[in-house]
Amino acid sequence: MAKFKKKQGGEMPAISTASLPDIVFMLLFFFMVATVMRQNTLKIENNLPFADQVEKLDKKDLVMYIYAGKPSANYRNYGTETRIQLNDDFADVKDIAAFIAAERAKKREELIPFLTTALKVDKDANMGLIGDIKQELRKVNALKINYTTKKGAVSSNN
Amino acid sequence: MAKRAAPEVNAGSMADIAFLLLIFFLVTTTIETDSGLNRKLPPIEDNVEPPIIKQKNIFTVLLNGKDQLLVEDELMELKDLRKAATEFLDNGGDRTCDYCNGKKDPESSDNPDKAVISLKNERETTYKTYIAVQNELVAAYNDLRNIRAQALYGKSFVEMEANLNDVNWPGNKAKLKEQLEKIKIEYPQKLSEVQN
Repeated sequence: MAKFKKKQGGEMPAISTASLPDIVFMLLFFFMVATVMRQNTLKIENNLPFADQVEKLDKKDLVMYIYAGKPSANYRNYGTETRIQLNDDFADVKDIAAFIAAERAKKREELIPFLTTALKVDKDANMGLIGDIKQELRKVNALKINYTTKKGAVSSNN
Repeated sequence: MAKRAAPEVNAGSMADIAFLLLIFFLVTTTIETDSGLNRKLPPIEDNVEPPIIKQKNIFTVLLNGKDQLLVEDELMELKDLRKAATEFLDNGGDRTCDYCNGKKDPESSDNPDKAVISLKNERETTYKTYIAVQNELVAAYNDLRNIRAQALYGKSFVEMEANLNDVNWPGNKAKLKEQLEKIKIEYPQKLSEVQN
């Protein structure tokens, strides 16, 4: 009657973890595809407001970014007033014209009329500064602008 | 010769390496917001005569430094702005607009082509309130265009615009563009901002 012999040593076989790397790689590739590297190191707080009538900004290479907001915690020595940031550094309103000229010089000439300026402004900024920026943009004839916002109901702004 | 099974390679550390890469990407990248409200600034022109607009065709929206909203000289909550703007634009006071559904009040705007929304803000207004107001005004225009598009073509305006920008959309784009143009002419977006 020794047909059903007990296995010797009732140890559990080791669970194969060979598929774990595959799963993690899948996650990794998802993140690599879905995100972009940070273009500018932000020195300001940049908490964008919400809006729900948004249009998508396509053609990333035709967009110039102007950031504005209060200096973030590490840069408090620049004060607590709302500042403009262009290309990794704080800037003044009068620097915008030069910035736009530099950005335009990088692009092909026939694309210049299609350039859009995206204003990434912190939601607690004052409209005074935005008005100054807009006036400056009008002076250099960069008339297409986009107020970059997060998608959501406007009531969540407060 | 007897075949020997290939020894199993220990892949335990591969997961660790992949995790390291994953965490590196999580930290160094952002999911960029790439949507927003598109606007066009008016070009600077010297000594241009401002066009004469009848007072009843102007819908004044004022935002003061305390983020209070004054619409047509009356205090208003943000949530009521969209309805008020829609009513003003869709009024059709001179009865030339046969597609308007408004009250045809002779004291309000003549027709959507003449109606202008004028937005004024102060320097102390916060950006979030300004965006909220802009959003509501754009929404008023979009709502009217949606209703019109639904009546004419059985699709909403926003949907039609999305189709126009979609490369994979199979329909006739030239025709779609024409239809969109027609609606844009019927409800032109006339939103002007007061320079301060």
